[in-house]
Amino acid sequence: MYAMNDSVLSGPHKTNREVKPSVLVLALLFLLAALTVTSLLIGRGASTGGLGDLLNLWREDPETARLIFSQVRLPRTLLALLVGASLGLSGAVLQGLLRNPLAEPALLGASSSAALGAVAVFYFGVGGMSYFLPFGGMAGTLLATAVLLILGGRSQDTLTLILAGVAINSLTAALTSLALNIAPSPYAALEIVFWILGSFADRTLDHVYMATPLMIAGWLFLLSTRRALEALTLGEDTAATMGFNMIAVKLRAILGTAFCVGAAVAVTGVISFVGLVVPHVLRPLVGYQPGRLLIPSMLGGAALMLGADIGVRAISTALELKVGVVTALIGAPFFLHLLLVLRRTRP
Amino acid sequence: MSESPPTKLEIKNASVRYDGAAVVSDVSLMLSPGPLVGLIGANGAGKTTLLRAAAGLTSVSGGNVFMENKPISEWLRAERAKALGYLAQDRSVLWPLTVARLVALGRLPHLGPWDAPSAADASIIEQALTDTDVLHLAERSVTNLSGGELTRVLIARLLAGTPSILLADEPVSGLDPAHRLQVLEILRRLAHQQRTVVVVMHDLTLAARYCDRLILMSEGRIVADGTPREVLTEQTLSRYYGVTATIAEQNGEFMVVPWGLEA
Repeated sequence: MYAMNDSVLSGPHKTNREVKPSVLVLALLFLLAALTVTSLLIGRGASTGGLGDLLNLWREDPETARLIFSQVRLPRTLLALLVGASLGLSGAVLQGLLRNPLAEPALLGASSSAALGAVAVFYFGVGGMSYFLPFGGMAGTLLATAVLLILGGRSQDTLTLILAGVAINSLTAALTSLALNIAPSPYAALEIVFWILGSFADRTLDHVYMATPLMIAGWLFLLSTRRALEALTLGEDTAATMGFNMIAVKLRAILGTAFCVGAAVAVTGVISFVGLVVPHVLRPLVGYQPGRLLIPSMLGGAALMLGADIGVRAISTALELKVGVVTALIGAPFFLHLLLVLRRTRP
Repeated sequence: MSESPPTKLEIKNASVRYDGAAVVSDVSLMLSPGPLVGLIGANGAGKTTLLRAAAGLTSVSGGNVFMENKPISEWLRAERAKALGYLAQDRSVLWPLTVARLVALGRLPHLGPWDAPSAADASIIEQALTDTDVLHLAERSVTNLSGGELTRVLIARLLAGTPSILLADEPVSGLDPAHRLQVLEILRRLAHQQRTVVVVMHDLTLAARYCDRLILMSEGRIVADGTPREVLTEQTLSRYYGVTATIAEQNGEFMVVPWGLEA
C-alpha cells in the first residue's frame, strides 16, 4: 500500500521527462532569482547599461543610481515578472478548460480585445492615462472570452476554437485600425500603437501599482480552478458528475483571464505566445497533470518574460526592439509547428 | 443522515425536451441495488438522455429524479458526486496521464480543495485498479492503451470514487469480444455487491446473457421492463428493433442472436 503510494501516485514517472514537483518549482525559482538580479543590473545605453555599471555608479553618484534603479529598472523588472506569470497562468488554465493545447490569450483574441478596451478608454479620455485603463482592458477581455466560450467552448474541435479566435482577432483589429485611422493627431496614433506592440520599457511604478492588485485577483480566480481542470481531463460531463459546478468553473476562469490579461495588456500592450509556449514546454515535466501545471506555468512565464526583456535590452540596436514583437517572432513559428504536430496525432 | 450510502434512484414522470421535441417523455422508473440493469433500445430511443437525466446532467421537465427520496438537484454537488458515478460515452482522455493518476482522479469528490491523497485514498485506488485488472498498467500512459484497457481504467476511475450508484453509457461498444465479456463481468459483480448499476448497451446477446433486468426504450418511452426473457421476445425485437432473432434456451441460459432484418 505504501509502496504504491510512493511509487505510483507521488513519485516521478520513470519513463518520461517528469521531475519531482518540488525540484521543478525550486529550479524555476532559482532561475527567476538569477534573471531578476540580471534584469535589475542590466540596462540600455553605454554609460549605465552594462552589467556592473549601475554598481559603479552607485559608488560615484548614489542619487542618480538610486533613481535609475527605482524609476527605470525596478518597474520594468516587476512588470515583466507579473505580466509573465499572468500570461503563463492564463494560458495553462485556458488550455485545461478548453481541453485544447493550442488555447492562448493572444491567439484567442483575449489580448487584442484588452488592447482595444484600453484604447477605447484612452480614446474617450476617461481621465487621461488613468487608473481606468486596466478596467478597459478587463472589459475587453471579459467580452472576448465570453464570446469565445459561447462560440467554441462546447466543442473540443481545435479548428472551431481557432476560428473563433480568428473572428475575435479580426474584429478587434478592425476596430483598433478604425481608432488609428480617426486618431486626431500623430501623437494619439502613437499612443494607440503602445498597446499593439507590447513592451516593458519606460514604465513607472504607477503602472505596477495599477496592475498588481488586479493581476493577483486574477491569479486567485485562475488557481481556484485547479481541481476542476484535473477532472476536465475526462470531459465536461464527467467533471460535472464529479461534483464540479462547470458554470462556476468557467466563470472563474473567464474572470481570472480578464483580470490577468486585461490588466497586463493595459500597462504593457499585447505580448503574445507566452501563454502558449510556457505550458507546452512545462507539461511533460509535471506528468501532463493540468492542475500541477499552474504554478510552474506562472514561474516559467515570469522567467520567459524576464529573459526576453533582458534579451531586447542586451541586443544593441538603434531603436529598442519591443518585447511583444520578439515573442511574436518566436511564437508564431512555434504555433505553426504545434499545429502540424497536433494534426498528425489528433486527426 | 443515515450512515448507509444512497443507492435508490427513482425517476418520476420525467420528460426531457431538446428544442421543443421530447427526447424522453413521461418516464417513471425505480432503480435499486442488486440486479445489473441494462438500458436498451434502438438508436435515438432516448437511452443516453435518460441516463444523463438520472445522473443530474440534464434537467428534466414535468417530473423529477430522486436519489433516496430527495430530488437529485437538491443534493450538494459534492455529496451527489460521492454517491453517484457516471461513465460517459465519450471515452477520450485529453492528456497522457499515467493510469494510476487517472484512476486517482476518482478520489476528487472525496478530497478537500488542498488535500493530497492519503494512504487510505491510495489503498482505495489500488483496490480499484485490482478490481478492474489494470494494476499492471498503473505506470503506463493512458494514451497508449487498447480500447478494452482504457475502458477498464475508466471503470477503475469510477470505482475509486466508491459510488453506490453507477451509470455507464455504452461501456462495451467498440470493444472486442473478450474485452466485452471482461467489462460486463466486472459490472455484474459490482451490481451483485449491492450497488445500483445501470448500463446502456446495444449488444442484445450480451444484454440477455449478463443483465438481470432490461429496460427497453422506444421514442423516449419505456416500452418493456423485466427480465431478459420477458423483454427480449420475438414481438418486441420485431416491433422496436425491426429485426428477427434466434431466441433459444441452452443449458438453462437464455440466448438471443439478432439474425435478420424484418421483411
